[in-house]
Amino acid sequence: MSNATAATEPLHTPLAWQAVELVEKLPATARAATLVLRAPAWPGHRAGQHVDIRLTAEDGYQAERSYSIASTPEDAALSLTVERLPDGEVSPYLVDELRPGDLIELRGPIGGWFTWSSEEGGPLLLVAGGSGLVPLMAMLRHRAATDSRAPARVLVSASAIDDVLYREELDALAAADDAVEAHIALTRRQPPGWTGFARRVDAPMLAEVGFAPDARPRVFVCGPTGFVESASSALVGLGHDPSLIKTERFGPTGA
Amino acid sequence: MGVDNRPCRDCTARDNARMALISRGFTGRRRPPEERDRLPPGQYLVDGFPVLSAGPTPHTPLERWTFQVRGAVQPTPTWTWEEFRELPSERITRDIHCVTKWSKFDTTWEGVPVDRLLDGLALDGRFVLAFCDGGYTTNLSLDDVTGGKAWIALAYGDAALEPEHGGPARLLVPHLYFWKSAKWVRGLEIRREDRPGFWEELGYHNRGDPWREQRYSGD
Repeated sequence: MSNATAATEPLHTPLAWQAVELVEKLPATARAATLVLRAPAWPGHRAGQHVDIRLTAEDGYQAERSYSIASTPEDAALSLTVERLPDGEVSPYLVDELRPGDLIELRGPIGGWFTWSSEEGGPLLLVAGGSGLVPLMAMLRHRAATDSRAPARVLVSASAIDDVLYREELDALAAADDAVEAHIALTRRQPPGWTGFARRVDAPMLAEVGFAPDARPRVFVCGPTGFVESASSALVGLGHDPSLIKTERFGPTGA
Repeated sequence: MGVDNRPCRDCTARDNARMALISRGFTGRRRPPEERDRLPPGQYLVDGFPVLSAGPTPHTPLERWTFQVRGAVQPTPTWTWEEFRELPSERITRDIHCVTKWSKFDTTWEGVPVDRLLDGLALDGRFVLAFCDGGYTTNLSLDDVTGGKAWIALAYGDAALEPEHGGPARLLVPHLYFWKSAKWVRGLEIRREDRPGFWEELGYHNRGDPWREQRYSGD
């Protein structure tokens, strides 16, 4: 790097790796677990941000991955919800192997774009594909923890009902607050008597569930690439202002 | 580039074992040495091509598309799509590294060298801000986009660049983390002073050299 660049760079404190302890591991779905962590040096975060996790083998081999933060900044503990990917290198270790009392290394928070604070107000439209719900759940939890009155609607797409993260909590949040609606789209299998959506997220569904474009909702879309691409294009097609739509995508290989 | 900065892999592993916390029961998935040596620290290899962007994919009609070099430069040329496509291009094969930790080997592109776009212009600045449809920007030093290190890519593999991968045109700067390879690029602004771009404002590293693991500001 040239000296000229160095001279104009502001001084930044590096995001240091810190050891955090697994306090509790809660099953989330058959493939996912919520890791509740004790992180004494955690500097705080905003809903929607993520962390980097680093694992080190005995011979020094290391692997790093990013995971979304599930907890709201107001929670006492930091929690992540991790889905085990079939060919994953890190996620199977975190979901299956890690035990309470174990230490892992973490740094963060990371990402200053895909975030929401209740001070920014609403309405809030949250659209999740699969485990893309994790950072959006942090926003809903933050909304509840700060007694925000921002109208919020969440649309979650999953293949089957057992794959939906935080299902009971979503139902409870919606039942407790008239300003919150939770909608679920099951794309492959629906339980008997299912009254929710039974197809992939599309423009008519987003029109039905989402706010009118002139209500200017803040929109957050998170999920696999194809999901985010089609949902965000449909939202733009419905007339939502592209500058109000924030996206976060993860590839199928984000093990 | 890069190659000279690489520490000896065994030394790195020894340092890691001494400095870092050992994760009980973690073995990891080892790569053969020829793959391992091509992966910058903290990266893992993928076969697919994940997509990362901050908002919806813009779709600018080609008849309205232009590419501009502006700012501290004389003259300030603008190309239409038809004109830009006529510029001499090169086929490029490079490994690419995303700050979200995936790397992909041997990606093949076709693009116009940035050197070619700046050829014959009087530049009065050492910095570049790439600007894009959708309002995205990223900053680079002139050194990082000249000398055969950067292109404006119009094709990936044998096909025109798809919108979700930045089409019709994206900046390609494969020796830096891939957010610097700005999608939907519409031009380069030559600047006397460096100015952080979109992700650089949001806590990502100003330069982003994957071999020095410059992910976040302060790294």
